[in-house]
Amino acid sequence: MGYTITEKILRDHCDNKNASAGDFILANVDKCLANDITAPIAIEVFNEVVEGTGKGVFDKNRIILTPDHFTPNKDVASAEQCKILRDFAHEKMIVNYFEIGRVGIEHCLIPEQGLVLPGELFIGADSHTCTYGALGAFSTGVGSTDLGVALALGQCWFKIPNSIKFIYTGKLNEWISGKDLILYTIGKIGVDGATYKAMEFTGQVIENLSMANRFTMCNMAVEAGGKNGIIAPDKITETYLENIGKFSYKKYASDKDAEYDDIIEFECGKIEPQVSFPHLPENTKPISEVDGMKIEINQSVIGSCTNGRIEDLRIAAKILRNQKVNPKVRCIIIPGTQAISLMAIKEGLIGIFLDAGAVVSTPTCGPCLGGYMGILAAGERAVSTTNRNFIGRMGHVESEVYLSSPAVAAASAIRGYITSPEYL
Amino acid sequence: MRGKVIKYNKKNLDTDLIIPARHLVSSDPEYLAAHCFEDFDPDFHQKKKEMYISIVVANSNFGSGSSREQAPLAIKAAGIKCVIAPSFARIFFRNAINIGLPIVQLKEIEEINTQDELEIDYEKGIITNITTNKLYRINKMPEFLQELISAEGLINYARNKILKN
Ligand code: SF4
Repeated sequence: MGYTITEKILRDHCDNKNASAGDFILANVDKCLANDITAPIAIEVFNEVVEGTGKGVFDKNRIILTPDHFTPNKDVASAEQCKILRDFAHEKMIVNYFEIGRVGIEHCLIPEQGLVLPGELFIGADSHTCTYGALGAFSTGVGSTDLGVALALGQCWFKIPNSIKFIYTGKLNEWISGKDLILYTIGKIGVDGATYKAMEFTGQVIENLSMANRFTMCNMAVEAGGKNGIIAPDKITETYLENIGKFSYKKYASDKDAEYDDIIEFECGKIEPQVSFPHLPENTKPISEVDGMKIEINQSVIGSCTNGRIEDLRIAAKILRNQKVNPKVRCIIIPGTQAISLMAIKEGLIGIFLDAGAVVSTPTCGPCLGGYMGILAAGERAVSTTNRNFIGRMGHVESEVYLSSPAVAAASAIRGYITSPEYL
Repeated sequence: MRGKVIKYNKKNLDTDLIIPARHLVSSDPEYLAAHCFEDFDPDFHQKKKEMYISIVVANSNFGSGSSREQAPLAIKAAGIKCVIAPSFARIFFRNAINIGLPIVQLKEIEEINTQDELEIDYEKGIITNITTNKLYRINKMPEFLQELISAEGLINYARNKILKN
């Protein structure tokens, strides 16, 4: 009997060389990550663990600290939180602490910096850490207690998950992105459709999908309850890594006779741009249905760890070029990292956005979690390229968030109601 | 370990029913224990005392809802030594183990009733229902998890590990 890519990576990171799905393991982690919300608690746990023992962190090169949620510090409370990270980073000489001016949204920044590689075991005190499965790593979100202990031991326990294999076939229509594929998938299986499980994305559509789109898909695995999303590394992965100067890593793939809990196939030729209605990502509708509903919006957000990459901004710019944002709409565009901002400037995308009447922000999570920079008032509606549309996620509990791709968010910003570029 | 069962058949018994949000103001185990299952089974403490209960047998997706660590803390502090259910909500599962509350996945819960006496052997991976004389296999608990539970949670486990080296 064969094994899945997820089983193989986890097994290779623990002592039990026969471990498979369902087994508990104590694994050695390659990297661990925390941000300005989760690191302060993890650091407290770390201090409790090592108190009086003289022990330091397990490896100063393998810890990543990214103050990205409320930065540049939005208020006194967030400034205090960030100071805890900064002091800890200096004291422990953490190599990968990213100060404001270098930091970006963690799940855009970390792959871009080559801080996660295929075959690695990566944990983060942030639920969207599952993003890096796109590179063929096992990557998942954990609690602050787990992370605090990992800072000291470099270890974390897991139950090796069963896998669901998703096969995407057919030819994608124009404007269809990884975001549409994952929203479509969550719409079909529900927000608990993959609870505990590894979501393995395969098929000819995935084989032709860009890294940016792969990150988007794995990013939202957690919105279906998944423990991780994963895509076996291939030529596209290798090219991406070569471009950032990474050549050596271990590539894993699932065996042909690996065991799956379920195999789900989607024929993608008829998939339209998807929109998730409030207040769950599973409430998806195809754009042809949504367009006629003329859902008026007050805000359009393009950014986040789901869709804040340069490819996303290029799509938005293609649609916003020589167009104007509807006067009733606030269009907020957030490049995911400093490098993405710089590319967007060099390629002239920022000029296009500003000309159109959008605002462009410094890299931050900002409105995605209702933090700052674009909070909604009662009764307001936003279309957003983020990943969660829970009640009150972007502001007031009586506001609404509709999830979509950058193409739909940009087209909707122009029209003032939710629509697709093909209807412009 | 050996103990008597209280059985809750409700599926998706969520963290609000385990410990209502209004009590999250404290993380004192005794305070949390006093309010454990308060809105779901107000007689929990009385039953527990009268029937010498130390095991909760519950239905699927136990511990769903918020990620509050106070939920397994409350159960543990109330003197429950093990929770058995066909499935657990993912975060509850992790939190329970991290604070040192043993939890066991078992499909056949309909064969177990309130007041049954169970014997649980984590090492061998066997549950014996002494009352009905039935045997069930469970996933063996690996050594480190047993250590973690007997250390009363992840933080102490990690501390012991560092002190040992
Ligand atoms: S962009 Fe949103 S989902 Fe992503 S890490 Fe930030 S707050 Fe979380």
